[in-house]
Amino acid sequence: MLELKNVTYTVTDPKTNKMRRILDDVSLTIDDGFVAITGPNGSGKSTLAKVIAGIVTPDSGRIYLDGEDITDMNITERSRAGISFAFQQPVRFKGITVKDLISLAAGEKISVAEACKFLSEVGLCAKEYVNREVNESLSGGELKRIEIAMINARGTKFSVFDEPEAGIDLWSFNNLIKVFEKMHERTHGNILIISHQERILDIADKIVVIADGKVAAYGSKSEILPELLSAQASCRFASGGEE
Amino acid sequence: MAEKKKLDELQLNLLREVAGLHEVPEGAYSIRVDGEMYGKNSSENIVIEKKTDKPGIDIYIKAGTKNESVHIPVIIAESGLRELVYNDFHIGEDADVVIIAGCGIHNCGVQDSEHSGIHSFFVGKNARIKYVEKHYGDGDGNGKNVMNPTTVVLLEEGAYMEMETTQIKGVDSTKRKTEAVLKDKSTLIVHEKIMTHGSQFAETEFVVDLQGEDCGTHVVSRSVAKDNSRQLFISDVVGNNRCSGHTECDAIIMDNACVEAIPKIIANNTEASLIHEAAIGKIAGEQLIKLMTLGLDEKQAEEQIINGFLK
Repeated sequence: MLELKNVTYTVTDPKTNKMRRILDDVSLTIDDGFVAITGPNGSGKSTLAKVIAGIVTPDSGRIYLDGEDITDMNITERSRAGISFAFQQPVRFKGITVKDLISLAAGEKISVAEACKFLSEVGLCAKEYVNREVNESLSGGELKRIEIAMINARGTKFSVFDEPEAGIDLWSFNNLIKVFEKMHERTHGNILIISHQERILDIADKIVVIADGKVAAYGSKSEILPELLSAQASCRFASGGEE
Repeated sequence: MAEKKKLDELQLNLLREVAGLHEVPEGAYSIRVDGEMYGKNSSENIVIEKKTDKPGIDIYIKAGTKNESVHIPVIIAESGLRELVYNDFHIGEDADVVIIAGCGIHNCGVQDSEHSGIHSFFVGKNARIKYVEKHYGDGDGNGKNVMNPTTVVLLEEGAYMEMETTQIKGVDSTKRKTEAVLKDKSTLIVHEKIMTHGSQFAETEFVVDLQGEDCGTHVVSRSVAKDNSRQLFISDVVGNNRCSGHTECDAIIMDNACVEAIPKIIANNTEASLIHEAAIGKIAGEQLIKLMTLGLDEKQAEEQIINGFLK
């Protein structure tokens, strides 16, 4: 279980020199298997994920993992305490292989067979990928899947995914959802997914809507989803149906 | 031959570091210890002869020799020793061999130890060689470990040479020069790895003359400069024919280190295609963050990134 209490984060816009509040007094308790965070671009979703992972330090507020105050822990300490974070834009390296990253994620030297199992789960032909370098030669979609495989290999109690579905069009959503389900079965933890995709929202136990750095709505899928879809529909209509 | 003095633990360690050898190897070899020839062995196809006019050896590899290797490590454990050695490799047509060279210095004295090797490769038509060279230094004295290797390469028609050079630890000062002339359809591939720390200095220079038609070279230098160390990368590739040349210098800079890259490419023929890439920068913050989210602390993350980079 993860709790955020009155988390606020402000940045200064370098152009206008004005303060902008990215997260505005966010309080949230995440205690369900799957929780989806959605909301407009620039609403603060990714920042919220980074605050949880320890990459961004909030100005004020506290963060608790299973009741333990982790606010002052750095990235490494939070990771060791059981938080995993799949980046929206995975990082490329030089010389570090897929197997290296999966081994580091698993926290031990793992066999090729074990690394392959995690890759197969995300729909990558393990034999082809296990010894590949995680460099420019991999596409964005391939990197996203490797990112998910890493989180899977970690198997921590709290996992955050920032738009995991982006760029993996060719891989069916059903498979992605299966990965999350399996992960949950194994860890019995909480999975927090930032997404705009209806099909991801559809598997969530709860949905959080973030707008302008605030929690605009938080409730069960049946409460939030219909409202969200009708709002989206009207929005689409109003903008001339671009999407 | 009189019975050889056994190598001590320190010398054996140097041998392990530079050549991956645990004992005297099989096949053709020449081991030089503290300025003297320690032992050599020729095989049916590979003949090693001691030079008579100057220090060094001649290595003759018969035409058509396949899947054989030659080890020629040099180790120096005596502080203050300075030497200049000439090793000439005569590689016959159609041969396919691996040559493993390397130099290890352990200097626990106050005087500088220095090894300068001039390696010349005459690679015959359609021959293929892989040349692996590792430089390593250790010791706790104030004496510096200095290595200045020069590699001269002549590739005949259709010849192929792959050079893998590594200098990861303990060499205080190095000036490395590689000069190559490539004839028709020949190829030279170089992978160089350098890491400097403390107040070390490393200079590496590549001069490649792409003379023949359809010849090509690919030079990749990856380096890490830590602490107060300095590095200088110079490449000078000249395309005189229909040919291709690609040099790449990729450096990670840390602490108060300094890295300079001076690339030069000259095309004297409209069909010459030459590229140079150079990048110097610190470790990307996002790489560190990614590894830290996997549970590594900053130091461990840094190590992983550098180890991968120099792998």
